[in-house]
Amino acid sequence: MTSAPASASARTVLSSGLTAPKPIFDWFFALAGLSVLAVVVRAIYFTPIEALQGAAQKIYYIHVPSALGAYIAVGITALMSIVYLWLHDERADRLAEASAEVALVFITVVLTTGPIWAHKIWGAWWVWWDMRLTFTLFLWFIVAAYLVLRDGIEDAAMRGRYGAVLAILGALLIPFIHLSVYLFSARLHPMPVVLKPDKPSLPPEMLTTFLLAFVAFTLLCFALIRARYRIAVQRDLVTAFEGDGGSR
Amino acid sequence: MFPTCPAVEASGVRRTFGRRRAVDGVALSLNAGECLALFGPNGAGKTTLLRLVAGLLKPTSGSVRVCGHSLREDASARAHVGLISHQSMLYRALTSRENVEFAARLYGVPDPRAAALNALERMRILDRADAPVRALSRGLQQRVSIARSIVHEPSVVLLDEPYTGLDAAGGAALTDMLQLLRSSGAALILVTHNVDEGLGVASHAAVMLDGKIVRHDDCATVEPRTYVAEYRELVLRGAEHASSFDVESTA
Amino acid sequence: MMGAAWLVARKDLAIEFRTRTAFFSALVFAVLALCIFYFAWDESIIAPAQRAPGVLWVVLAFSALLGLQRSFSIEEHDRGIDALLVSPISREAIYLGKAIGNLLFLCAIQLITIPALALFYNLPIGRPLMVVTAIVLLAMIGIVAVGTLFSAMAVNTRLAELLLPMLSLPFFVPILMNAAQATTRVLADRPLAESWPWLKILIAFDLVFVVACTLAFPFTLEE
Repeated sequence: MTSAPASASARTVLSSGLTAPKPIFDWFFALAGLSVLAVVVRAIYFTPIEALQGAAQKIYYIHVPSALGAYIAVGITALMSIVYLWLHDERADRLAEASAEVALVFITVVLTTGPIWAHKIWGAWWVWWDMRLTFTLFLWFIVAAYLVLRDGIEDAAMRGRYGAVLAILGALLIPFIHLSVYLFSARLHPMPVVLKPDKPSLPPEMLTTFLLAFVAFTLLCFALIRARYRIAVQRDLVTAFEGDGGSR
Repeated sequence: MFPTCPAVEASGVRRTFGRRRAVDGVALSLNAGECLALFGPNGAGKTTLLRLVAGLLKPTSGSVRVCGHSLREDASARAHVGLISHQSMLYRALTSRENVEFAARLYGVPDPRAAALNALERMRILDRADAPVRALSRGLQQRVSIARSIVHEPSVVLLDEPYTGLDAAGGAALTDMLQLLRSSGAALILVTHNVDEGLGVASHAAVMLDGKIVRHDDCATVEPRTYVAEYRELVLRGAEHASSFDVESTA
Repeated sequence: MMGAAWLVARKDLAIEFRTRTAFFSALVFAVLALCIFYFAWDESIIAPAQRAPGVLWVVLAFSALLGLQRSFSIEEHDRGIDALLVSPISREAIYLGKAIGNLLFLCAIQLITIPALALFYNLPIGRPLMVVTAIVLLAMIGIVAVGTLFSAMAVNTRLAELLLPMLSLPFFVPILMNAAQATTRVLADRPLAESWPWLKILIAFDLVFVVACTLAFPFTLEE
């Protein structure tokens, strides 16, 4: 990496949020990874099998916490986009970008684990009338478009503005998609059939595993965002050293 | 129109793209009836400065005022400004007259059609008024583009290399028109790298290097031939200075 | 502001009228797609009249994309957009003008596509078809609102043409879902009240996104 005086001068040139290179080993990320691993081990070996759904139900310990992680990351992207348009702070833009990429990963996990479970329980890989899965699919499309759009713009300020505009419009779109999917499925299935484990009656072992999974995946979500944010910082540092960050 | 304020006033204007400082602390003041010729090599920041004055770009810091107004905040003040840019800003499918008339309507000119024909007449291209722009040569398109920019009789005209592509007749028409605009009280900023051309119409001359104005003169006090020689030396020295600076910074 | 917007829209329509290629290709695309979709199903299994709503909305969405594509490329070509930006009209008026121009352009295409649909798919001509036309207009407002904004964004990216569908289609989803549902009921000659829940979402979409995109447009311009 760069020598100390060089990074110091970069810090004076680029005021917002570009700091000296971080150590390579990421303790937070290691902790998050280990806790996810621990939860998976607990879910497989130390949690009883659900009577009605059998072993397939165990995929819920990944599926549902991933959905939580996805919503957290999407929420951060939307929020940081508003902050960026408002304050023009590059850090907000980098955080929005990092969260969007992490959101795409988590949504992909939700979209992969969902059909596996559905195939076992409902006998079909994909059921359009499951509102939450359909809804998540469209969320994936919006996040993917967001990332492709950013990738197509060289000027950093314009990339930030365009990304923020799309993220905010996407946030406005979400209730419309939700309502449309609801209306669409309510026609076929008066009440969307969702096998939702009744929380109070959940056996304590399962409940504990669920709660631990929520904690572990939330940790993982933040660890990934943090790691991705650092990459964005490094990238912007490199662009700054090359000079022309966005020529016209 | 606004006799108490200078037509163009810029102070401490900076504009960065990424880390590159295209315009780096420029101060300018131009009164009605004055014409500033802005010289400088490619990449000196002349076009960026012009776009900042026109309100197309937002300064990173500093302020630009035209007739006492900030064009980015006060939309109606933009009516005082005419811009002739690198690109023709014309729609190729429309005729010359339609292009100029559309501009006149945008500016709320009372009789847009008459104003359009008049502007085309002044650029001596009235005979091609009904030809689609796509069918015109580069030089003729430039004439239409100039007609388009002055159809609303702006009190500040910003010209970015307006002589490019013009033949002798077109150049003469433009020079005549610039003189006429000046005598009617308009302030002009003329960006060019052709020093002779610039000195021919300007009342003031400035040289831009690396985003800064490094020299500013009253044209009445300079002798064109010595000015050209001094300008050449300045640009050469600037280039040397820049490269020596590069070596220093990478060491 | 509406006067300035109308100026911009009229300019766009004049350019469209002069070149006609965009209009003609979008129109031919739409009619051609109607024919292709006809042969994509077995007639004896699903009656043509029953697939008409679905076909209409798919064709409409994609022909709209074709039309929207060129909206800002004509501004970009010789930087005509700069002339609009230095003029005293507001950024919002530029957006509304471009949107109105696109709306009229796309409605002109649909005015031919809808009768062609009725012809090819044996739809009864009469009141239902009029209602469908009204629903198309309602849907077009939403499509044009987001499509115009994304067209302005897409021309400034490296991917340009590729990006517009990717940005726009997720936003078209709620429009198409609700409009298709309403159209199905209208063409089946059910009372309009039955379509009302879907139409309500369409109207809400139009209101929200016309306002949001008008406010967002200034951010898509160079600063």
